[in-house]
Amino acid sequence: MNKVLMKGNEALAEGAILAGCWGFFGYPITPSSEIAEYMARKLPKIGGIFVQAESELAAINMVYGGASTGERVMTASSGPGLSLKQEGISFIAEAELPCLIVNVSRGGPGLGGIQPSQGDYFQATRGGGHGDYHTMVLAPASTQEMMDFAILGYDLADRYRIPVIIMAEGTLGNLMEPVIVRDEVTSFTEKPWAISGCQGRKPNIINTLHMTADVLEERNRHLFNKYKEIEMNEKRAETFMVEDADIVVVAFGLLARVIKRSVIDARKNGVKAGLIRPITLWPFPDEHIKAVTETCKVLLSMEISMGQMIQDIRLAAEGRVPVEFYGRIGFLPNPEELTRGIIDVAERKGL
Amino acid sequence: MAIVFKRPESLTDAKFHYCPGCTHGIIHRLVAECLDEMNIREKAVGICPVGCSVLAYEYFNCDMLEAAHGRAPAIATAIKRLKPECYLFTYQGDGDLASIGMGEIVHASVRGEKISVFFINNTLYGMTGGQMAPTTLLGQVATTCPYGRKVENEGYPVKMAELLAGNEGSAYISRVAINSPANVVKAKRAIKKAFETQAKGLGFSMVEILSTCPTNWGLNPVDAMKWMEDNMIPYYPLGEFKVKEEE
Repeated sequence: MNKVLMKGNEALAEGAILAGCWGFFGYPITPSSEIAEYMARKLPKIGGIFVQAESELAAINMVYGGASTGERVMTASSGPGLSLKQEGISFIAEAELPCLIVNVSRGGPGLGGIQPSQGDYFQATRGGGHGDYHTMVLAPASTQEMMDFAILGYDLADRYRIPVIIMAEGTLGNLMEPVIVRDEVTSFTEKPWAISGCQGRKPNIINTLHMTADVLEERNRHLFNKYKEIEMNEKRAETFMVEDADIVVVAFGLLARVIKRSVIDARKNGVKAGLIRPITLWPFPDEHIKAVTETCKVLLSMEISMGQMIQDIRLAAEGRVPVEFYGRIGFLPNPEELTRGIIDVAERKGL
Repeated sequence: MAIVFKRPESLTDAKFHYCPGCTHGIIHRLVAECLDEMNIREKAVGICPVGCSVLAYEYFNCDMLEAAHGRAPAIATAIKRLKPECYLFTYQGDGDLASIGMGEIVHASVRGEKISVFFINNTLYGMTGGQMAPTTLLGQVATTCPYGRKVENEGYPVKMAELLAGNEGSAYISRVAINSPANVVKAKRAIKKAFETQAKGLGFSMVEILSTCPTNWGLNPVDAMKWMEDNMIPYYPLGEFKVKEEE
């Protein structure tokens, strides 16, 4: 077992390389730049392609082109950069091209700050660009998961021909932890739709234009049938001490990992707390939420934002239990503060 | 009986949707003839723009990708880097290339990407109904400069061939016109030279092709050709602006 001390951003980049990433197209932005820097060092040495694009627009369109060849490609950015990439992500989603897009997220709106944030939740889970579409969204909570989800992300992207977004708070991108380095991926999906010259076959066309209403509607239905299949098969969440919990916290990413400690501390203070950590933000693991509404008395959404995931939690809870909110902006709260937040809600609700 | 003239293999059987008198059809054919003659159709990947030629993927009989407005050079960059054995061409209009896609085209040239760009300059946005482009001539009327383009308001028409020729990464830059049989022959020669530049790996290549838009100019096809000769060619001189030779 090869255990190495790595930064989250580096672990993710190495994971992507292990998964066969052959092209990285990016533009520098804090706190994601280490991913591009790692790729710039590593990819040329193994014969892969690294291009520093002139803009986020160009970078995501290079991913559009790169993915259309059937190679595993990716880009990484942060908040303002992701906003610029949305045009391309909409095209990639409709063209059904598999690729990895990383958002090492920072606070907004506007230029915001470079501190960690989860404020891009809506952007990531609602499509983000124009038109009806989804991307798959994975939320790692450790440096190990930064590596593992890069590998998983490519697998899901290829299986469903869908762009996969990995969303990690800036802190996680810069957090150093020991990582078990995974084995190289050796089996890959066939991609008969790819464009790389039509030798020995009919020409392939990658296109997102559908001029007639019926064809366009058919395309949208096709995408949404695929999304339904993904919702059936790919919802992922981690549950922690929820079985007898009166108050179940729902939180994702590194924040959720901190909250594990707060759940234990809340229990030491007589509050029976539990935690659900959505791993896929889309598809949202609503069944995990629904299941605990049978036994818990209140759900508590904790987010590094003004409250975005809480909408999905409320939809999943379907009014069975109240859903409370605790949010901070621009930093990762410490376990003591989060414990207090849990106990306060429990007291207010008379638990 | 010997066949002396036929549809190039690099074009499909689909009927062009272009307006009568539009020169897109001629330019498509020239590109296709070059792909045929160089025997590179099966290695070619074409990138279509947003604009009148958005449907070019239905006409070229090779692998094709339809890009977002202006982004074709970025897309072509990635495909060429990942599949260097392919021949990449983008087919772009003046709104696409010289306005919204100015960043992508300049940097593809700066990086010396080994792609061939065919830039159709007809001085306006055709598909959206004749709006002003960066290439609209001074005094020329378009729907968004209804009193004629004025320097005070819209500045000067951009000369893309001259602009890109200044970049070291550009290996072949020329401007041609589709206004006479002689110039059509020259245009084809330029298109072929662009592909040859790519074949030799010399760097970025672009052919700016002065084209007509009878519909939005409000002229019949013959008068449109005359208008191009009288107005466009004096401002956009024809010729080669950059020819990098093999070292």
